[in-house]
Amino acid sequence: MTDLGVRRPTLLGGVGESAARPDGIAKTTGEFEFLGDMSADGMLWGATRRAYVPHARIVGLDVTPALAMRGVHAVLTFDDVPGHRYQGQHVTDQPVLAEGVIRHWGEAVAVVAADDPETARRAAAAITLELEELEPLTDLEEALERGEVYRHVRVRRGDPEARGEVVVEGTYETGMQDPAPLGNEAGLALPDGAGGVDIWGPTQWTHVDHRQLSACLGLQPEAVRVHPCRIGGAFGAREDLSLQTHIGMLALRTGRPVKMVYDRSESFAGHVKRHRSQMRYRHEADRDGNLVRVTARLLLDGGAYELTSAAVVANSSYFAVGAYDCPNVEVDGYVLRTNDPPTGAMRGFGANQPCFAAEAQMDRLAAQLGMDPLELRLRNALEQGGHLATTGQLIEHPLPTREVIRSLAAIPLPEPNDSDDPRLLPGGTGLTTPRSGVVRGVGYAVGFKNLQFSEAFDDYAEARVELTPDGAVVHTAAIEVGQGLVTILEQIVRSTLNMTHVRVAFDHTGRIGSAGSTSASRQTQMAGGAALEAARRVRDEALERAGGDELDEAGVWRDGRLLASLEELCAGAAIEHHVRYRHPATEEPDENGQGALHVDFCVAAHRAVVDVDVDLGMLRVVEIAIAQDVGKALNPQQLHGQIEGGIAQGMGQAIMEEVVLDRGVVRNPTFMDYLLPTSLDMPPVEAVLVEEPSPWGPYGAKGMAELPTVSATPAVAAAIRAATGRPLDRVPVRPQGIVGLQ
Amino acid sequence: MIITLTVNGQPRTAEIAGWESLLWVLRERLGLPGAKDACLQGECGSCSVVLDGELVCSCLVMAADAEGARVTTAEGLGTIEQPHPVQQAFVDHGAVQCGYCTPGLVVAVAHLLERHPDASDDDLREALSGNLCRCTGYGSVLRAVAALRKEQA
Repeated sequence: MTDLGVRRPTLLGGVGESAARPDGIAKTTGEFEFLGDMSADGMLWGATRRAYVPHARIVGLDVTPALAMRGVHAVLTFDDVPGHRYQGQHVTDQPVLAEGVIRHWGEAVAVVAADDPETARRAAAAITLELEELEPLTDLEEALERGEVYRHVRVRRGDPEARGEVVVEGTYETGMQDPAPLGNEAGLALPDGAGGVDIWGPTQWTHVDHRQLSACLGLQPEAVRVHPCRIGGAFGAREDLSLQTHIGMLALRTGRPVKMVYDRSESFAGHVKRHRSQMRYRHEADRDGNLVRVTARLLLDGGAYELTSAAVVANSSYFAVGAYDCPNVEVDGYVLRTNDPPTGAMRGFGANQPCFAAEAQMDRLAAQLGMDPLELRLRNALEQGGHLATTGQLIEHPLPTREVIRSLAAIPLPEPNDSDDPRLLPGGTGLTTPRSGVVRGVGYAVGFKNLQFSEAFDDYAEARVELTPDGAVVHTAAIEVGQGLVTILEQIVRSTLNMTHVRVAFDHTGRIGSAGSTSASRQTQMAGGAALEAARRVRDEALERAGGDELDEAGVWRDGRLLASLEELCAGAAIEHHVRYRHPATEEPDENGQGALHVDFCVAAHRAVVDVDVDLGMLRVVEIAIAQDVGKALNPQQLHGQIEGGIAQGMGQAIMEEVVLDRGVVRNPTFMDYLLPTSLDMPPVEAVLVEEPSPWGPYGAKGMAELPTVSATPAVAAAIRAATGRPLDRVPVRPQGIVGLQ
Repeated sequence: MIITLTVNGQPRTAEIAGWESLLWVLRERLGLPGAKDACLQGECGSCSVVLDGELVCSCLVMAADAEGARVTTAEGLGTIEQPHPVQQAFVDHGAVQCGYCTPGLVVAVAHLLERHPDASDDDLREALSGNLCRCTGYGSVLRAVAALRKEQA
């Protein structure tokens, strides 16, 4: 049993290193099999018939012309839904296929399975659909008046009579943003031959899909297995079902595998978007700049079905003031039912909209007080020991608000642009901005958001770690959407077991319990927390079995002597531990929105530098700097990747990304018309990671990937305001706003 | 109709329908799913391949027009066992997140560095502006390319 000749192996890729993704190379060579790359023997192709009107009654629906086509195997409508006919995460109010009424542009009416995708497409088009168009409800004030409210969050804190001497008021608006993951929706459903079905679809949480799918497909839970997906990004777009129920129905009806792939325009119709908003704010402060009172009314466009809107408006309302102390607060947040496309999760989850408005208010307040905008923010900064302005919750854990602001301010400003290269001027190569007509602006914003699920939600994640002769395997149902959870789980378990060879197995819903959603900045702490605890138990059991005091790749050691190799340890009963991990509990809000509703918080500060052609309304973002609270950096390279990518999306919302709505009709559902930032639009990013370890996150880590998006938007808008002197109270900022025509 | 073309150095034949694009033929007829289908309008570059020495969006090339052509895809640059230096650099510098844009970007970067090894950072930003990436914000992609140029210099 003893072996004096064994060398102690070195741990590679542990916590704190910029470990490489295990799936990275396969993603560069085309060998990584995405959902849309999957196929199965005897597979049929699905297609969806949609109604591209915002509101209508279905007066005629005839599928016989499609069924009569050669190569068509099934055409299904609402009446064919085998189980519960409505889906939704919180409230099941969304018909699986339209039920007599079209409630939003692009709503699915029927689905087809055929031999090939072209036949499926033509069959879907051949379905006779007669519509009687109805007046769409798209005005938010009107929706409020009519009581079309999914949820009203009411916050009352402090003294209703308290007043500040210095007052600023404003109204703000944010556009509807599309998460636009580059991987379009695709999926495969495989009948199991025993009446059940296996489903691969675009998801961020297989278990919440599983609950809805088994209900809608009319199957026992064990007859449906939802598989983890290999997916081209998410950003919130996959939190709600898209094509999963449809392919499941088609596969069950035909008894054959069914694959479906959306093209980009259908993708715009088929996934949720960020809520557009209208916000009214009033900030009151004393002469020294201390906030005395904030009053806000927030209207969010929830679209035609509820989905996650109730949780989104909660975030908007509770983070309406930002990372600031303020003793007296009154917020009314409403999310409204309209005939716009359904909205739901997108990176930031409701914290983005009020951040845009409240940070603009802070700048206005600073201007009125004659105070430096960063000084005003430092003066009011909310930190550990303070109370959340809205809910009154004590901030128990580190929140380095002042540190992120000071770290940001210490980053040197970029040099002035002295080049006439048109690529470095607003408008780029196609326009004629002379350098002399360019004004530079600098703007700041602080972002603030909760981590994990809130409001007493039973939030947990499961993981199982098993020791094998070749290292360790981590089992989880958590979804890797590209963010790098797979790397982080490996790193956490490597450091805990002190061994390099660790791999992650992503299991389907029949094999392991829920890991919760890949959203709310939660998986590093939640799936990571579960993996850490399971790995600790594996380590303890291995040490105990062999009677040693150290574990590594070679086995268990005591006093420099190897007592048992991994092979010997694994020869008996398996060493594996399964953990259901919960974060500290949260409370439900009382009737005034008060309580300890959140488990933890994260903060970031942004500075944007923008060159603006104030005559033509063109601009170029020169640089974005950020200081970000990360708890503890588990993988610095991945953190920088989340920061840069998050900033690109926040900048996109500030200057170019908007789902253009015309009385409920989406006018730009393509990448020609819905503009994503390119490598020319995206500036260099200067990032500082601020480390104040979380007392409960694995190795001190905090979730962080939403904040870079949240405050990038207001910082860019503030920089354009600084260059132009215009109010610019809506994003995306438009050229007509820059030149003062709006 | 039947077309014959050279893909990643191998002669290949495919039976196609008239509506099919080169992208469709690569993905569905020839078993090469590296080129992706994120927009099918030539806007995103996820389907980038090199066609007779030119970087193209394969979604915009009719398959029938590729008769006799030489095509290089991400699969033709390297494999998991033997990645191309550009592929390795992408992983080393964190330029891979979800990976959906990656095969197209890798093809575009390899093509660019072959033709313009001295391209400046601004040239790079311009040259890669036809390849959309939603995850990275491009910073890591540019760092990967900068490291490759340093190695080549």
